[in-house]
Amino acid sequence: MPLDATIDPATHKFALVGTRPLRPDGIDKVTGRARFGADASAPGMLVGKILRSPHAHARIRAIDTSKAAKLPGVKAIVTRADFKEGDPGLRDVLHNVMARDKALYDGHAVAAVAATSAAVARKALKLIRVDYEILPHVTDVDEAMKPGAPVLHADMITANVEPAPKKASNIASRCEFGHGDPEIGFKQADLVIARSFKTEATHQGYIEPHACLASVGSDGQGELWVCTQGHYMVRNQCASLLGMDVSKLRVTASEIGGGFGGKTTVFIEPVALALSRKAGRPVKLVMSREEVFRASGPTSSASMDVKIGVTKDGRITAGTAEIRFQGGAFAGSPVEFGAMSAFACYDLEHVKTVGYDVVTNRPKQAAYRAPGAPMVAFAVESVLDELAKKIGMDPIELRLKNAAKEGTRSSYGPKYKRIGLIECLEAARRHPHYKAPLGPNQGRGIAAGFWFNFGGQTCVSLNVNVDGTVALAVGTPDIGGSRASMCLIAAEELGIGYEQVRAIVADTSSLGYNDISEGSRVTFSTGLAVIQAARDATAKLCARAAKTWGIAPDAVVWEKGYAKPASPNAGSFAPLSLADIAKTAGSTGGPIAGHCEVNAEGAGVSFAVHMTDAEVDRETGRVEIKRYTVVQDAGKAIHPSYVEGQYQGGAAQGIGWAINEEYVYGRDGRLQNPGFLDYRIPVASDLPMIDTVIVETPNPGHPYGVRGVGETSIVPPLAAVANAVSAAAGVRLSELPMAPPRVLAAIDAAASRRS
Amino acid sequence: MRYEAPTTAKEAVRLMAGKAGMARVLAGGTDLLVQIRTDRIAPDLIVDIKRIAGMRSIMTKSGGFRIGAAVSGAELGEHKALRRAWPGVVEAANLIGSIQIQSRATMGGNLCNASPAADSVPALVAAGATAVIVGPRGRRSLPVEDVAVAPGRTSLKKGEIVEAIVLPKRAPRSGDAYLRFIPRSEMDIAVVGAGVSLTLDRNGVCTAARVALGAVAERVILVPDAAKALIGSTVDQAALERLAAAASAACRPIDDKRGTKKFRIKVAGVLARRAARTALARAQGK
Repeated sequence: MPLDATIDPATHKFALVGTRPLRPDGIDKVTGRARFGADASAPGMLVGKILRSPHAHARIRAIDTSKAAKLPGVKAIVTRADFKEGDPGLRDVLHNVMARDKALYDGHAVAAVAATSAAVARKALKLIRVDYEILPHVTDVDEAMKPGAPVLHADMITANVEPAPKKASNIASRCEFGHGDPEIGFKQADLVIARSFKTEATHQGYIEPHACLASVGSDGQGELWVCTQGHYMVRNQCASLLGMDVSKLRVTASEIGGGFGGKTTVFIEPVALALSRKAGRPVKLVMSREEVFRASGPTSSASMDVKIGVTKDGRITAGTAEIRFQGGAFAGSPVEFGAMSAFACYDLEHVKTVGYDVVTNRPKQAAYRAPGAPMVAFAVESVLDELAKKIGMDPIELRLKNAAKEGTRSSYGPKYKRIGLIECLEAARRHPHYKAPLGPNQGRGIAAGFWFNFGGQTCVSLNVNVDGTVALAVGTPDIGGSRASMCLIAAEELGIGYEQVRAIVADTSSLGYNDISEGSRVTFSTGLAVIQAARDATAKLCARAAKTWGIAPDAVVWEKGYAKPASPNAGSFAPLSLADIAKTAGSTGGPIAGHCEVNAEGAGVSFAVHMTDAEVDRETGRVEIKRYTVVQDAGKAIHPSYVEGQYQGGAAQGIGWAINEEYVYGRDGRLQNPGFLDYRIPVASDLPMIDTVIVETPNPGHPYGVRGVGETSIVPPLAAVANAVSAAAGVRLSELPMAPPRVLAAIDAAASRRS
Repeated sequence: MRYEAPTTAKEAVRLMAGKAGMARVLAGGTDLLVQIRTDRIAPDLIVDIKRIAGMRSIMTKSGGFRIGAAVSGAELGEHKALRRAWPGVVEAANLIGSIQIQSRATMGGNLCNASPAADSVPALVAAGATAVIVGPRGRRSLPVEDVAVAPGRTSLKKGEIVEAIVLPKRAPRSGDAYLRFIPRSEMDIAVVGAGVSLTLDRNGVCTAARVALGAVAERVILVPDAAKALIGSTVDQAALERLAAAASAACRPIDDKRGTKKFRIKVAGVLARRAARTALARAQGK
């Protein structure tokens, strides 16, 4: 659905879009009335708990549940045998939900119990005997790729390599993107820099652990209450893994306490359903924080080599990158997104990126906000920073000289339509932050970032109530304020007040299929569907007015909340408001509703430029972020406060990733820091107020010009912070996190090199 | 699990000395409850000491202070005289956790949890504090540095409870300070901690000093060599550098998820030097 012909975003006056009304879920969330995953209960409810492997890699010789089954209060025990095998698309999902012949990481589920209390369930877990044969393990991506590394899957033959390897390895696949011939490009360069980088795995760090309440009756009908980013996905996957008809499982999405991509798959949901089916009673299953760290889906760790050539006047002649991601125990790391996005900010004649998807004995990675892009941007933008310094060019100027624009052939293939990178770079250069003086031991870093954004399958219903208010049902869980944005859009189209529209996230039996809330797609595609549903409703409202007036439906127009005759020729009638028409709907043809079912295309890519000032304590290596500014293209900001919140949230998570967050594995392959004490996300006092600038370069693929904003904001911070810390420390940091011991060691090593 | 809340120390000792399997004292519970909830321990008996007279009060005693073992961090922070006399001890106790934690967490619990990284302990050791211990054989006093012996282990015998912590009378021209190194700004655990207490004569020469380090050994350690570096000096730059070197030399840390050996050894010296500067300024009345 293209940009509305009548909308010139520079001049168009929206009535409501672009304003900042109060969020509809605000009161519930601050008073505690909002119901999250663990807030549901049911009569006769049991407590579910999962037994997890303490070993990084072990063959499961046998599982003896007989003692646990005899414990009073234990109502059901499930193992892998309780799930339906055979769906090839869900093979790895099932392996991850419940181990079969091997436990592949510390925390891998091997059995589960449902009991009358948490204490009984815990006791029962201790009575389950698992006979493990401990196998050698590997958790580092480079180690896992070496010949002789312990192989996780005997049938893993690297895909997309000619000729196909004869031996199994931990390399699931290879991918390659680009155009031109980098060797020619590097010959044209005055300066070529090649560097290697590493980043550790991080967790999305959502505050709400995975939680659900499952109930399957003896008639095979099931219900599931769950915190998830995609309840239709949960329904379809669980139905398949349990051998149920999709129609027999109704899934309701709870309020969600953060997801950031981590709640786009199933972990505990099929287990809770299997337990409930076996026990014949509802089962509530809630992960502990430790389980969240050990057994949900953190992001990939990465090892990368980047090479870029420039001329003395700052033209990039070629860029290459080889990137290696480990995505845990199963194939599917976001290495393709990493390889595609590495040079997506730049207009290059010669570019090539190669990626390797590698498995290790770690939990299966899940999406994390712009999956794959932040790490690769860290590598590429670090090298650009070094090049700019070496040729004596302002880092924004270097990026402006090479920035992708409308018509640029992207490094991953397609030609860009209208995009806003140059606008972002110029806004960053104009910002007072860019010229502000720095204090002692401080450095400034800037970096650009790109994300694809996504559209996808969407279905909404808009019902006009008898009093002229409107009930809007959407199928995309609200993870970033979408209910407020959807109300604004519906009210804008209908010409009524924001408070007259109430949006809910409907359960899976109330609407057609909706893709997950992911890929920064909701404001774009659900918003697009709401526009169409509202226009469907206004057409019907006009038809009712026409009927009332006894004129032809096409002689009525909808304007600012009123049906009016299209012209004086159509007749002279007093305009009818939405409320007027709603009141008499029963006698003019029945209920009035608008619908839209769409596979939304035309999601516009988006770009951001971040800048930050870091201060380094040269005696301890401690890093403090003193100032941070985000500039990002939103296309059109529907609710600017939420857009700013997304910008700030991405920056905050990126700062944590850059400075302190990491999965720490011991020599035994066990996760050493499965809690918020030693997995250090930033606390409020670690961060400055994050300044934001919303750039609006309309997306030609959306009626209002909207682009997704949720993910791009986490792409530049790793690089921006690394560039700032490197400037402050006087030495280039090429591994994340830049935790104090690493920064201090780099400072001391540089000092001893100098002396 | 049995829960008891006796009103006398004698009754608490009797319960703790009883035959029950694992018995644990509950003061603020900010360590104990976490350990229970994460399934690390499953005590058979919990003895809550908060209802015992004197456990929750701060009393001045021959010029010093007797702090009940169950006095919360918030209560310490609100005690003006204590803050004036021992600012380093109070700031160390107040660094633990958040505001919510401060309303529960106690120095008695921090001491008996026996973590090498306990924030209040290096400050107490530097201050020359003693623990009053009550047990089946009556009361005894023990220097604070002798309470913990290893991570999670104390020298307390079966049935013994720390009843109070006693801080000595403060000499004029004295100051103390505690600094910890954490990667974040709060809500974190010390990677290294350093407590320094010192006293100056009328000419500004240091006559007494104690230096203690946390998270660099199996328990909080007193570093006499670091104190010697200060005594007899005006706490000038050279003395501070000697102090830092002595502090680093005393470390016997491990590599772990929170930091490397090398890092801890270096930062221990840096923090001891910085803490000594603050203690000096306080002693000088600045």
